[in-house]
Amino acid sequence: MMDTLGPAEWAAIWLSLRVAVVATICALPVAIAIAYLLARKDFPGRQLLNGLVHLPLVMPPVVTGYLLLVIFGRQGAVGAFLYDVFGITLAFRWTGAALAAAVMAFPLMVRAIRLAIEAVDPGLEDAAATLGASRMRIFATLTLPLIAPGLLAGAVLGFAKALGEFGATITFVAAIPGQTQTIPSAIYGLLQVPGEEPAVLGLVTVSIILAMGALLLSEWLGRVMARRVGR
Amino acid sequence: MLQVAIQKRLGDFELDVSFDAPAGVTAIFGRSGSGKTSLVNAVAGLLNPDAGRIVLGDQVLFDAGSGTRRAPQQRRIGYVFQDARLFPHMSVERNLRYGGDHDAERVIEVLGLGDLLARRPAGLSGGEKQRVALGRALMSDPQILLLDEPLAALDAPRKAEILPYIERLRDTVQVPMLYVSHDVSEVARLATTLVILDAGSVVASGPVGEVLSRPAAVPLLGVRDAGAVIVTKVAGRLLDDGLTELVFSGGRIMLPGILGTLGQTVRLRIPAQDVILSRTAPKGISALNVLPVTITVLEQGRGPGVAVGLKAGDDALLARVTRRSASRMELAVGQQVFAIIKATAVGPEDVG
Repeated sequence: MMDTLGPAEWAAIWLSLRVAVVATICALPVAIAIAYLLARKDFPGRQLLNGLVHLPLVMPPVVTGYLLLVIFGRQGAVGAFLYDVFGITLAFRWTGAALAAAVMAFPLMVRAIRLAIEAVDPGLEDAAATLGASRMRIFATLTLPLIAPGLLAGAVLGFAKALGEFGATITFVAAIPGQTQTIPSAIYGLLQVPGEEPAVLGLVTVSIILAMGALLLSEWLGRVMARRVGR
Repeated sequence: MLQVAIQKRLGDFELDVSFDAPAGVTAIFGRSGSGKTSLVNAVAGLLNPDAGRIVLGDQVLFDAGSGTRRAPQQRRIGYVFQDARLFPHMSVERNLRYGGDHDAERVIEVLGLGDLLARRPAGLSGGEKQRVALGRALMSDPQILLLDEPLAALDAPRKAEILPYIERLRDTVQVPMLYVSHDVSEVARLATTLVILDAGSVVASGPVGEVLSRPAAVPLLGVRDAGAVIVTKVAGRLLDDGLTELVFSGGRIMLPGILGTLGQTVRLRIPAQDVILSRTAPKGISALNVLPVTITVLEQGRGPGVAVGLKAGDDALLARVTRRSASRMELAVGQQVFAIIKATAVGPEDVG
């Protein structure tokens, strides 16, 4: 089966993995912060923030990709700044693919983590405060370990979403082989050409293996963590 | 010494309390919804009052006037919550040491926690959880201990298991305590000072014996639970009859069983409904304890009862009789009568 995959297909697989891993790792801290704000704090504009976070989940992915292009493209408000100051280009680069994947995965991660934070009894944090623990220490020693299983679930969900992202990615960074062509766009590209069914089948198989692997790994890690957390 | 004078509006509920808690155990007593937990949370810094001051010793914890508002972390308060709130992912030992390890060895010994150290909170009984919570609060080296109904979630045997620990703390660890409870026998047993809350306000406060023997306190405590608390000394033992003789300023009382050693002080709660009044010295009755007393107050309740404040020596007692009896006996303030106390009526859980 694997011999049906040529160098272009392997490049797509490695790129997809890199994009998904980078997207998940970069989005996770931000997702934790936003989820904490939404779960625990009451502030003006909370609903607006909530809506904004969820927008990529409900908008057509192509629209998200277009907005990314407008904002982060070379002429976009943020994109121009990034290029002028740091020399960073996102559009039509693998980093752009990672950004698109992160934005699309973000709402799913925030949702899972927020649920986990809401399940932690704030009374425990109050108790820790009366024992003299600083906010940082409370977060590090109580909140974080207690939400670890939820965090993991959010990360896996985000990873899977990032791995499969298609619409926003292809709009924002196109599908340049070796640069921005991820597994989904490679499959889509191959399907346009007659006689490439074996390569398609290979990529589809790899997709399934990656998704299943992530799921099983998270199940196992989740069980280990739940035991450590004492639930 | 803790001084509290605060106001806080919580929806339709208005908390407006002012009291001083001297050294020893100050019980905050009140029905559920009377504002006890809000009050304790304000002292702990978990709830910010709208106005007022909270001063602990020489430190201002909260002062709306000057804008002082110390974070809970900076108050050095040991808070034992009703639901223990142990950290589920940590061993008992890590829970205990979370806030510090002040006097760790002694705390672990006094509370009997040695065998639990390696266990997880999930595997502990309710009573064990509360003991760990108590130890955790003590090991953070608090200036004051707040106990919010620490026994409310426990059944009677577990309560009986924990109460002696708290008593031992009161007598050995010199940390003042604020003890929230809605159980009069607990209050009578532990407290030195009593503050009664009703609908967010302090309706009575003072030394526990004095407050509990006020006739006006009867409706606040409930007819069943009202009753004086007196401090007595063990004067002797009648071995043949299995009785212990206790003396106090108003005379002597005999109780069944062995209560402490000679000369030891014993706190006695005498429920008002278990005191019978007689105008003449009764003869030929089975009750052992008859005390000459003077009526100090007659307080008519809303129901058919009359609360009668009595003076026995320097101590105050409380009796509850029906209005019909009161008028038939022509009870009046200043009158000398006899109080008949059924010794068996003083339950063992009320003796401490």
